[in-house]
Amino acid sequence: MEYLPNILFTILLVAGIGYFAKNVARLRRNINLGRDVDISGDSSIRWKNMAKIALGQTKMVVRPIAGILHVIVYVGFIIINIEVLEIIIDGIFGTHRIFAPLGVVYDFLIGSFEILAILVVVAVVVFWIRRNVIRLKRFIKPEMEGWPKKDGNLILYIELVLMTLFLTMNGADFQLQQLGVDPYVEAGFFPVSQFLSVLFQGMSEASLIMVERTAWWLHIIGILLFLNYLYYSKHLHILLAFPNTYYGNIGPKGKFKNLESVTQEVKLMMDPEADPYAAPAEEASEPEKFGASDVMDLNWVQLLNAYTCTECGRCTSECPANQTGKKLSPRKIMMDTRDRLEEVGKNMEANKGSYVDDGKQLLGDYITNEELWACTSCNACVEACPVSIDPLSIIMDMRQFLVMEQSAAPTDLNNMMGNIENNGAPWPFNQMDRLNWKDES
Amino acid sequence: MESQLKVPTMAELFAAGQQPEVLFWVGCAGSFDDRAKKITKAFVKILNKAEVSFAVLGTEESCTGDPAKRAGNEFLFQMQAVTNIEVMNAYEVKKVVTACPHCFNTLKNEYPGLGGNYEVVHHTQFLKQLLAEKRITIEGGEFRGKRITFHDPCYLGRANGIYEAPRELIKKLDAELVEMKNCKKKGLCCGAGGAQMFKEPEEGSKDVNIERTEQALETKPEIIAAACPFCNTMMTDGVKNKEKEAAIAVLDIAEMIAKAADL
Repeated sequence: MEYLPNILFTILLVAGIGYFAKNVARLRRNINLGRDVDISGDSSIRWKNMAKIALGQTKMVVRPIAGILHVIVYVGFIIINIEVLEIIIDGIFGTHRIFAPLGVVYDFLIGSFEILAILVVVAVVVFWIRRNVIRLKRFIKPEMEGWPKKDGNLILYIELVLMTLFLTMNGADFQLQQLGVDPYVEAGFFPVSQFLSVLFQGMSEASLIMVERTAWWLHIIGILLFLNYLYYSKHLHILLAFPNTYYGNIGPKGKFKNLESVTQEVKLMMDPEADPYAAPAEEASEPEKFGASDVMDLNWVQLLNAYTCTECGRCTSECPANQTGKKLSPRKIMMDTRDRLEEVGKNMEANKGSYVDDGKQLLGDYITNEELWACTSCNACVEACPVSIDPLSIIMDMRQFLVMEQSAAPTDLNNMMGNIENNGAPWPFNQMDRLNWKDES
Repeated sequence: MESQLKVPTMAELFAAGQQPEVLFWVGCAGSFDDRAKKITKAFVKILNKAEVSFAVLGTEESCTGDPAKRAGNEFLFQMQAVTNIEVMNAYEVKKVVTACPHCFNTLKNEYPGLGGNYEVVHHTQFLKQLLAEKRITIEGGEFRGKRITFHDPCYLGRANGIYEAPRELIKKLDAELVEMKNCKKKGLCCGAGGAQMFKEPEEGSKDVNIERTEQALETKPEIIAAACPFCNTMMTDGVKNKEKEAAIAVLDIAEMIAKAADL
């Protein structure tokens, strides 16, 4: 029975990581539903972008208050993970503070974890106030009602609880060290949790051990639960921000991709040698659908974008259409894409791995034409995103479907396009008059 | 004076066995819109003054296809692009300058994939170069000390990262450049991009150009400088909406340079 805690711990760890791995597999499957996309180009630029934007948080600090608070939580998250490593080793092998022999280094590590932990607590509280008391505009948009709002707060509560457990665990440990209880060797420096000793005053050794063990167990269980919460939450960005910034656009923002399928047709039309009655060269494959009406028509980078979005709303707050009261919100485009992709994924799970038409699609059931037509293609949303998400490309792909598959452009735009087609300008002027300005006074 | 504009066409030069230094892509707005035509002429005056060897395509020019592409009509865009590329390649065009950021972006970024490879510059970049090479000289003239705010066109700024060329030109006019609260990377759209120019806006609380004009007015400018014919229209309409047209002018940077150089 001596090894019961070790066994229990190992089972918990394997289950936690195993379930997480299962969700990662789901994530991969769903993202791979997207079309292939050319991501060639200088990979050194891509690595640099990842280092700068994801690791270096350069775009977060464009808004200094949220940015600096975020950097604290982010650094806290990464650094405190070193402590998680020790907890895992201790848990499996039944040791206690296995890294303690590191001496001064250990003191320094524990000390910095504690300072970061208390800073994270402060940051999380400020974040909560921004969302719930100050109610910053970007957090109370229509698409944030219901689950997204709860999700945002829940993440803050979890982080708060985890940090509290971590400090409680250390505080009780420190107290036990002072009392010289075995196996609580004197190790570590506790700049924050030593002040918790007032809480432990007069507690018996047994109670102190109880507090320390409970906090230790709840802390690691909490971390495993949080790991598995990610897939169901907007919080996936802590992992996906890295691949997403790697695969983010590295060309000029104004460069929209040219549809290859269209190029083939246009070349054929323009080729005087082409035989209009020729039979299709290859086995007549179904012509490619133009644009996107559902998530499978998007490319996998766009789907990765959707899972990476953490709903911060910087895109929406910079969007000229949204600022002037239109229905378009770039964040909603990303949230809708993810929701629909999840729906498709669940559909596949319920149907032995293949998608069965559910009569729904991204266009219409999630994103309306009105939202799509309100976009000015100004790239403000793309510029604002701290993790290189491109909502504009989804909007443009969906417009292509509306126009090329459904001829569903607003009348004014149909007139404009008719003019271009007939006289080479968006207005009804004759192409032969194009140089008249030269002689007009 | 207007009749003295020298505007050779590619066809004329080609017939004479000549190749200009640069093709001036006038664009649809620059060719047909009454307000934008003034910008076109101002730019030509500068080109003439600097004795730049240039030509236009004239009646052989056609819409780049930008508004069709942004509206979702990739087919129409590529038809336009391929037609234009055929014409430009036939004239062996190497370098293109245009006063329209939408044409600029499309020619520069989207034509190469369809066989049109040119060095494409925006007219503010071109003017900056002319000044640097001392092919034109300007002094502040009537713009000296004026409060001028510059509205970044999305397709010049964010889309292509060009923020400084237009600003340097304004500074060359000895004017006082004042920035709006949203400028450069964070510049706010005028509301015309993405084919919005050609349709009614969706229902909302305000028009985008009014929002942007309000930002411009906060800087208490005497002049709102633009570098795009569509932005120019939107900002002019915004200023009129605020009944400030008597006090505040909306001018393209080419117009300002031409005026300052007394052209």
